[in-house]
Amino acid sequence: MHKVLLGKSGKKVLLLGNEAIVRGALEAGVQFASTYPGTPASEIGDTFSRIAKDAGIYFEYSTNEKVAFEAAAGAAFSGLRSMVSFKHFGLNVASDSVSPVAYVGVEGGMVVVFADDPSGWSSAQSEQDSRCYAKFVHMPMLEPSNSQECIDFVKIAFNLSEKFKIPVFIRLTTRVNHTRGVVTLSRSVKGDRKAKFVKDLEKYNNLPPKIIKMHADISKKIENIRSEVSEKSELNRVVNNDVSGELGVITSGVSFNYVMDALDELNIKLPVLKLGITYPLPKKKIGEFLKKLKSVIVVEELEPFLEKEIQAIAKDANPTLKIFGKYEKAEKRGGEKLFPIAGEYTPKLVLIALAKAANKKLDFDYDGHMEKYNKLQIARRFPVLCPGCPHRTTFYAVKKAAGEDAVIGGDIGCYMLGVFPPFETLDFILSMGAGLGVAHGIKKAGLTTKEGKRKVVAYVGDSTFFHAGIPALINMVFNKSNVLVIALDNRITAMTGFQPHPGTGKTGLGEPTEQIKIEDIARACGVKNVKVVDPYNIKDMMSTVKEFLEKDEVSVIVAKRQCYLLEYRAKRRKGIETPIFEIVDELTDAEKKAIVEFGCPAYYIDEEGKMQIDKSMCWGCASCVQLVGQGKIKPMEK
Amino acid sequence: MVENAKDVKEFNVVVIGVGGQGLLTLAGIISEAALKQGYDVKMSELHGLSQRGGSVACQIRFGEKIYSSLIKPGRADLIIALEPLEALRAAKFASEKKTTIIINTHKTKPVSVMVSNEKYPSLEAVKKELKDFVKDAIDTDATEIAIKATGTPVTANIYMLGIASARGLIPIEKAMLLESIKETVPEKYFEMNKKIFEVAK
Ligand SMILES: Cc1ncc(C[n+]2csc(CCOP(=O)(O)OP(=O)(O)O)c2C)c(N)n1
Repeated sequence: MHKVLLGKSGKKVLLLGNEAIVRGALEAGVQFASTYPGTPASEIGDTFSRIAKDAGIYFEYSTNEKVAFEAAAGAAFSGLRSMVSFKHFGLNVASDSVSPVAYVGVEGGMVVVFADDPSGWSSAQSEQDSRCYAKFVHMPMLEPSNSQECIDFVKIAFNLSEKFKIPVFIRLTTRVNHTRGVVTLSRSVKGDRKAKFVKDLEKYNNLPPKIIKMHADISKKIENIRSEVSEKSELNRVVNNDVSGELGVITSGVSFNYVMDALDELNIKLPVLKLGITYPLPKKKIGEFLKKLKSVIVVEELEPFLEKEIQAIAKDANPTLKIFGKYEKAEKRGGEKLFPIAGEYTPKLVLIALAKAANKKLDFDYDGHMEKYNKLQIARRFPVLCPGCPHRTTFYAVKKAAGEDAVIGGDIGCYMLGVFPPFETLDFILSMGAGLGVAHGIKKAGLTTKEGKRKVVAYVGDSTFFHAGIPALINMVFNKSNVLVIALDNRITAMTGFQPHPGTGKTGLGEPTEQIKIEDIARACGVKNVKVVDPYNIKDMMSTVKEFLEKDEVSVIVAKRQCYLLEYRAKRRKGIETPIFEIVDELTDAEKKAIVEFGCPAYYIDEEGKMQIDKSMCWGCASCVQLVGQGKIKPMEK
Repeated sequence: MVENAKDVKEFNVVVIGVGGQGLLTLAGIISEAALKQGYDVKMSELHGLSQRGGSVACQIRFGEKIYSSLIKPGRADLIIALEPLEALRAAKFASEKKTTIIINTHKTKPVSVMVSNEKYPSLEAVKKELKDFVKDAIDTDATEIAIKATGTPVTANIYMLGIASARGLIPIEKAMLLESIKETVPEKYFEMNKKIFEVAK
């Protein structure tokens, strides 16, 4: 049984932040959960997927985050407690529906979990700080620092949501999502509400002019939450309250851990205002805290979200207060900029800043150490496509067939790795579905000039196609461009951990369902040139690309083959052996060049300069055999 | 040697290697054992892009009270490197004062070596560079030893943990580590893992 399902109260276990979110939801009696995967939040949905049946709750992977959010809202309208989770970009996608749902409010508690990813450990697109959404859509926001708080805060969030009839945000960051920590399990509660949607047009209609009143109402609601909850809650509390001094710290989320760590290493005690509710902020409580200080250091990653508010509060509460943080204005007031806006914080960064603010010496020369370390020359290890990845053969064939001049739009998924050597085949990568949309714009922009003759290709993954590709494809047909769309249909959402999608034929509860085919959708969208190609067949792929690039209308190639990592794992589990290949004959220079361009990680050059296949890395896909003369690369004899 | 585990204020372990080498499993075993030993524990993992053949460093901190899961540069007590190039990369966490590093000498060459002419260092070079960073370095061909002893390379990581345990390099009782292994690996593979854990010296 999965640990998050354990019933025993008081037991201590190690849970990942994401698992703890699920446990918190179970302890709160959640009955409906939805998501679209996105790291660092993916394991929330994946844990729900694993346990939903046993826990007796409903769970789904939705087509995208907007749909996931709407589904959870529907459940909450019907009186159930619901949770939706996604990464920060998912909140962008969902955002159009978030404001109106916040306006009309919910019946059952609804908790919206999103994860920011400072430094972009698993996010290519931007380093956005999504906390501003809370202000923007008028929804309360809670920020846990560790796994135990993930459980506790989710329970509090559900109660808050239900009491004030408003959805509530839980904001996480990568290092909370992906840290395992000790938690104490309380007894889990099984949600047993019967769903019932009660018609109430007065409540659920938000047409003008009613929206004006709704806007005023939700602002009032937030003020009530500020005074009744945020000002009073233990979630906003002063740690080391007994210490009086001139310097204090205000922090939240993961930064709190770094602060406590640093105080420990510096062997000092400072009063620390830990903010668990970061919207609406407890202005009075913050004012009281500031009054006693000469200076304060604000420790928060990314934008100066708290710091700007603290500046404003300090104006009245303590006009001579020095503020150490990251906001330009800090310096004007005799404070200092100690932190960057960009990049995630580290324990070292916070330690050095605190030491400076507190005038303390460090007992280890971190900068000297890093200087020494940075002198080491260490070969880089970029992430690579797995051996046997069907994206690799597609990249190889399309690059050859489309030529250097073709503009090639990338999109979001494992195939992003096409930017790295040896492929370097994607000209831009923006956000899910944008490969198609932007490719169309490039094609159209050049229409009246020579640029219009340029070939334009747009890659899109299968999960990405369902998520955001379809409107862009329809737009191409509608507005008559002739981009070649290549759908990399590996049958699964691979990048984020193999979640099923509408083309997979399985739901998040593991039940069989309709397999929606990309080629069917393309035809239904009015695409005339549609072909399904096995990406392992390099020749076929090349000739299809060449043929379709001559067309005057939109074309779609569906490069269909299951993710090889999944297939390989399944084979191993079943005890099916895969062959290991070896080079048995001298390769020509051209053949060697082809192998290098192919970039399979199983290949390497040995000490004598000879090309070899690493036995432990070859998964027996056999696709490299096509690159060399017959019989030169063969399965090893057993 | 682990007389009073509770006395450990903080102990920092880095498990470093290449995505797909079983890092999370090994780090999980150590963390669970630390919890059994009665410590507060934090372990940082990264999922997603970093896993695809990239370099991955799992960080485990345990002790009386642990806030952050991240280890500051120069603050590791023990580094288990599943690969020599990654051992070098882990120098960031190491200090001459206290760090012991255990290195599996079996190489996994990055694609960058083939496609952009970066150099994969020899084992001697790795060890030489590391001298300036660690108190002690132990290298072992854990992969070969694992294949010989159990017929599969997948037990190599447990062999390395076995070395740490046998030499008193980690303040967790052997019994706790074994129990944690038992709870983590599939039942039918436990005996094999126990064997290799106990072979290690
Ligand atoms: C709006 C948004 N939601 C989620 C993600 C996280 N994400 C990154 S890649 C990816 C999956 C792509 O799957 P697919 O298109 O099938 O490509 P594959 O990884 O299988 O090659 C997802 C969901 C994101 N980047 N943006």
